[in-house]
Amino acid sequence: MDLSFSPEEVAFRDEVRSFIRDHLAPETRAKLIEGREIGKQDIVDWQKALHARGWAVPHWPVEYGGQNWSPVQEYIFLDELQMAPAPSALPFNVSMVGPVIATFGSAEQKAKFLPGTANLDIWWCQGFSEPGAGSDLAGLKTTARREGDEYIINGQKTWTTLAQYADWIFVLARTNPAAAKKQEGISFILVDMKTPGVSVRPIQLIDGGHEVNEVWFDEVRVPAENLVGQENKGWDYAKFLLGNERMGIARIGTSKQRLKRIRELAKLERFGDTQLLDQPWFREKLTAVEIELKALEITQLRVVAEARKRGKHGTPDPNSSILKIKGSEIQQATTELMMDVVGPYVMPFGASLDDEDQTNEPPIGPDYAAAAAPTYFNWRKISIYGGSNEIQHSIIAKAILGF
Amino acid sequence: MDFDLTDDQRLLQDSIVKLMANRYGNFDLRQAYRKHPEGFDRAVWDEYAQSGLLALPFAEEYGGFGGGGVDTMLVMDQFGKSLAVEPYLASVVLAGAVLRHGAQPAMAAEFIPMIAGGEALFALACTERASRYDLHDVSTTARRDGADYLLEGEKSVVLAGDSADYIIVSARTAGGRRELAGISLFLIDAKAEGVSRRGYATQDGLRAAEISLASVRVPADRLIGTADAGLATLERAVDEGIAAICAEAVGAMEALNALTVDYMKTRKQFGVPISSFQALQFRSVDMLIAAEQAKSMAIFAALMAGEENPAERSRAMSSAKVQVARSARFVGQNATQLHGGIGMTMEYKGGHYFKRLTMLEGLFGDADHHLRRLAQAGSLLDAA
Repeated sequence: MDLSFSPEEVAFRDEVRSFIRDHLAPETRAKLIEGREIGKQDIVDWQKALHARGWAVPHWPVEYGGQNWSPVQEYIFLDELQMAPAPSALPFNVSMVGPVIATFGSAEQKAKFLPGTANLDIWWCQGFSEPGAGSDLAGLKTTARREGDEYIINGQKTWTTLAQYADWIFVLARTNPAAAKKQEGISFILVDMKTPGVSVRPIQLIDGGHEVNEVWFDEVRVPAENLVGQENKGWDYAKFLLGNERMGIARIGTSKQRLKRIRELAKLERFGDTQLLDQPWFREKLTAVEIELKALEITQLRVVAEARKRGKHGTPDPNSSILKIKGSEIQQATTELMMDVVGPYVMPFGASLDDEDQTNEPPIGPDYAAAAAPTYFNWRKISIYGGSNEIQHSIIAKAILGF
Repeated sequence: MDFDLTDDQRLLQDSIVKLMANRYGNFDLRQAYRKHPEGFDRAVWDEYAQSGLLALPFAEEYGGFGGGGVDTMLVMDQFGKSLAVEPYLASVVLAGAVLRHGAQPAMAAEFIPMIAGGEALFALACTERASRYDLHDVSTTARRDGADYLLEGEKSVVLAGDSADYIIVSARTAGGRRELAGISLFLIDAKAEGVSRRGYATQDGLRAAEISLASVRVPADRLIGTADAGLATLERAVDEGIAAICAEAVGAMEALNALTVDYMKTRKQFGVPISSFQALQFRSVDMLIAAEQAKSMAIFAALMAGEENPAERSRAMSSAKVQVARSARFVGQNATQLHGGIGMTMEYKGGHYFKRLTMLEGLFGDADHHLRRLAQAGSLLDAA
């Protein structure tokens, strides 16, 4: 048993680290550290830089730009991005639709979409959730009706992250309403966001930001060639896609970076006659989260070591549900600690959807205070998305405990 | 980075699994061992000796196998699963570590083979009425008297202290009660004049003793290592003890979780197994997660048990102890809850895991103690 990385893995980590140092725009990094919103261009520029190095889609098949990395390398890479912090490559492209097209798509679809998906010339968004289909995704109602060479799509998707930037959307739609099981009548279809009948409406979240949307489909005509794989097999592809989301799900590097920053900021804050960091109660709260993170880091390494043994194409490890649950709890705990740090200056509300409300006035209170409460509110999403923590509990109950 | 066992470690694990299945396969056996006057069955101890378990951590020159933290983890994990009652922790892990790290060659050569061969039992007396979990808080004194030392004081809750043939005692040769310097370690004969022991059962069915030292005469060659400088050795031994009990607690948690899951699948209420109720399923998932997080930290502790840098080692042990103690409490309480009434009974095994886990929570410092210690030491994330 050994927790340390091999010399080759350490060399790889250093290579990743120096690449990030040399290529990540300082302003993008600063936005991430300070909890400010990163824009479309930050993400596009960064993914193009990654892709130029061959690192935007390392886990894809080699013929489409993959690197054939070991699970340990994939972990190190994501951990370094999270710790930097750097944006991750757009997950809808690189972890979701890309691998689905690479695995199940037609030759034409691969040629048309994969290069631009890897290089973020095409921005994808995910058309899965609906108002009536959240955790019970297979209950979705959006329909795709075949007419000649076209599908005609009607329905509503919701929680569509960054749809306002998207060029294309991958949609789960019901092609066989009469199927015996609700999972069986679903297809996976690619839709150009510019197609007539597609409309996007912003949803403002409780932090004030605009990252999710409703996407409406009103008699949207899509060429039948945009069906991925076979008709009515979309549920299988969706499951495959969600299994790809696993690596890095605990976001250990993100929490490490945030805890370090919290420790730094707690030196700047006064509490009575001392730094906040010198208050035993604060140190103990902070330390308690660090311990949980250390434990989760080792749990993550155990899962990675297991993946290395099983080979990359095994079924998803139900232990990654532990990573999701604990990882989200720890990320959320860091947002609580950050509110502890800023104290009364948690209160001023600065965010707004409307650009004209943005001003050049100096921030109220310390410049690191403004993001504390919005991040706390916004990050409640982490235990909701990607399979809610309750769904993860159900997965473990079934797959590990055999209930 | 890997979590694989070496071939030797796999053999060790297989042999102890087999041994414990034989000696502890039936819970009544354990309860019978406890009725022996020493609180355990010498026949089991002798089998440990014959199978080499008692020699595991010691150097080959003293008849040992040169095992490390992971080897001890494998043993303690199985002891935890079996709820073993023999004084392995006291004699082999704790006293053994003091002698390995502190004893001068002549002393090591004389006494380590006695532990390793199972010929004598050893205990470590490092706690006092006022010290709680602070190893440097020592009121017992050792005063030089000619060629000897005279020891005077009271030692509390000495694990397996009643059955030990030799007791390692921390005593003050200089300095005030809570000074770091001035602590010395002595190896005393348990039957020496002036030693009186009051043995008793502990909550978890093991044994401990209150030990009084009234002008106990100890020859100077029974001073372990250097006078006044015993604390470092003592801390190192207790750090190894922490790593060991983290593994034991994980073994107990895993066994208790398995017992609970089995129970939930067979116990029926409202006409269905109670494992079909989501509220109960989710709770046992949380128990599994608690045990897995504890296991990760027990592995960390085992790998750091041999760390030479005391500050790094101590941080690792404190972090592991916090996680394991919190997980142990969560698993123990909820296993009892999920069992309902049967979990409250003395005859059922589950409650004994709960009790052992609860005692392990506090042993060598509870979660609050170690959280405070680690918080004072600085960020865990800067650690190597």
